Amino acid sequence: MRTWEKLRPYSMVAPAIIVFSLFFIYPIFYMIYLSLFDWNFVSPTKTFVGIQNFKDLLTDPDFRQVLTNTSIYTLLTVTLTTGLALLLALWLNRKSFFHGFVQGAIFSPHIISLVSISLLWSWLMDPEYGLLNWVIGLAGFGKLDWLSHPSTSLVSLVIVAVWKGLGYNTLVFIAGLQSIPPDIYEAASLDRSKPWTTFSKLILPMLSPSIFFLVIINMIGSFQVFETIAIMTQGGPVNSTNTLVYYIYEYGFRFFKIGYASAAGVILLVIVGILTIIYFKLLSNRVHYR
Amino acid sequence: MESVDNTIGNIGTAAAGSQRSYVRTRKAMIRQTMTAILRVINTVCLLALVLVFALPFIWMVSTSLKTLPETMIFPPRWIPTDPVWQNYADAWNTGPFLRYFTNSIIIAGGILILQMLTIIPASYAFARYRFAGSSFLFGIVMVTLMIPAQLIFLPVYLELSAFKLLNTHLGLILPFASSAFGIFMLRQAFMQISDELIEAARLDQAAEWKIILRIMVPLVKPVLVTFALFSFIAHWNDYFWPLVMTTNETARTLPLGIAKIREVEGVATWNVLMAGNLILVTPILIVFFLSQRQIIKAFVYNGVK
Repeated sequence: MRTWEKLRPYSMVAPAIIVFSLFFIYPIFYMIYLSLFDWNFVSPTKTFVGIQNFKDLLTDPDFRQVLTNTSIYTLLTVTLTTGLALLLALWLNRKSFFHGFVQGAIFSPHIISLVSISLLWSWLMDPEYGLLNWVIGLAGFGKLDWLSHPSTSLVSLVIVAVWKGLGYNTLVFIAGLQSIPPDIYEAASLDRSKPWTTFSKLILPMLSPSIFFLVIINMIGSFQVFETIAIMTQGGPVNSTNTLVYYIYEYGFRFFKIGYASAAGVILLVIVGILTIIYFKLLSNRVHYR
Repeated sequence: MESVDNTIGNIGTAAAGSQRSYVRTRKAMIRQTMTAILRVINTVCLLALVLVFALPFIWMVSTSLKTLPETMIFPPRWIPTDPVWQNYADAWNTGPFLRYFTNSIIIAGGILILQMLTIIPASYAFARYRFAGSSFLFGIVMVTLMIPAQLIFLPVYLELSAFKLLNTHLGLILPFASSAFGIFMLRQAFMQISDELIEAARLDQAAEWKIILRIMVPLVKPVLVTFALFSFIAHWNDYFWPLVMTTNETARTLPLGIAKIREVEGVATWNVLMAGNLILVTPILIVFFLSQRQIIKAFVYNGVK
């Protein structure tokens, strides 16, 4: 009886810990190990090459293009999504039936499969018959090539990401706004403070945890973008939309360069790792704050 | 509430105040009309915002009922002259959709059941028991929470292929048989239950597992429902993992089937593609509009806590 009581907590956490160790922790080490080898997936022998894969990666102009693409995509997506969501949240933060409806409408893309969204937007952005060209035509602009021209393809993907993520971000901000105690606003209005002062000196600092949270979450998500690229552009035209996860996918599953793809995976791991450590630092601060 | 709105610089709620003024001066009337105008502008802007999100879906429905030549009219027509329901049948016949559909249900459902079985005991133990090594073990949970599946698919693929689990339902379920996010969320809920409740139950000599099942789990039911919605929708929609872990149709899911229509029907058959797309989107949208509050809570929870 005594021993069982001591063992009980371990038996309760064991199934979860086994799953995590097998499918999350071990693969990380396995990937780091593989990144030091040259292996084509079918051959029985793996050749040890040390850090050669990393050297190759960093001198490969395609990989540099991929890093630049991913960074530009992330920077644009994160700034636009978070910025626009903040404005929308200030505007939509009411508790009426109509406002609830609007919030639901802008949130809806968030729960829809990225497959659907990618297919839908490929059609909306069709250079010949797409709805988007008709809309900008109404505003007096000429037709754009959207996804099929290197100069607009990456920005087009950013538009899709912003459209999908805006509602979720807005609702997180609204939740943040509603957790601000109302007497703070009352104090501000008694002081006859100007709207801009109230916003910059009061609301913005109170919202800073939500802002940091969303920036980090959006960054982690954007660095791993895959679905829209796989369905809408396949990395093209001329590599203009090739990003990290898609690059790893292609090298692993199309060219079977497992070691090389793993090395790229390790680089992504470092980037995401740094971001998540920042995120959890913030999260623990906030738990403390609450 | 009015002071709040004014300070944020928003528009449109002050009208109630002016109703009280019996002495209708000119100034008050001007102000009243201004508020009314601002309110109309605000509503028009709100509707425009809704359109940005609704029009693509309406466009999808409209396209799905057109003939192929009709999709190639520019400027586009919103209402198809003669709705073509055949597009839906064509989309359904591009692949084994009944199988995709069952696979999706088996996989998202299987993941959910296993997650419930693993996260409830684990989160309870982390929240309620003190045991040697618990912080190390919880460290594993936290590290897992930080690792996105998108990052480790290559080694997991090799692992599953070694276990002969590629192209099986089990291979798509097992990696997600537990959820670090679920444990994190549920542990918080278990920690908030008062100690007295458990002490009282213990005095009754109730067995520990009975206390957990009969008293503790019902108390965290709202959190469990929230997590279940989140998990099911996320795995129902998932494209990446089934794409990477399958090489034939045996275990493929609905999102893969929809994406494949393009290969079967050709790139530009947008009418059939949008019909297929609606097969995927409609169930989720119906569920969303039926339990909008709960679902929004499920996804935003992540952001508030």
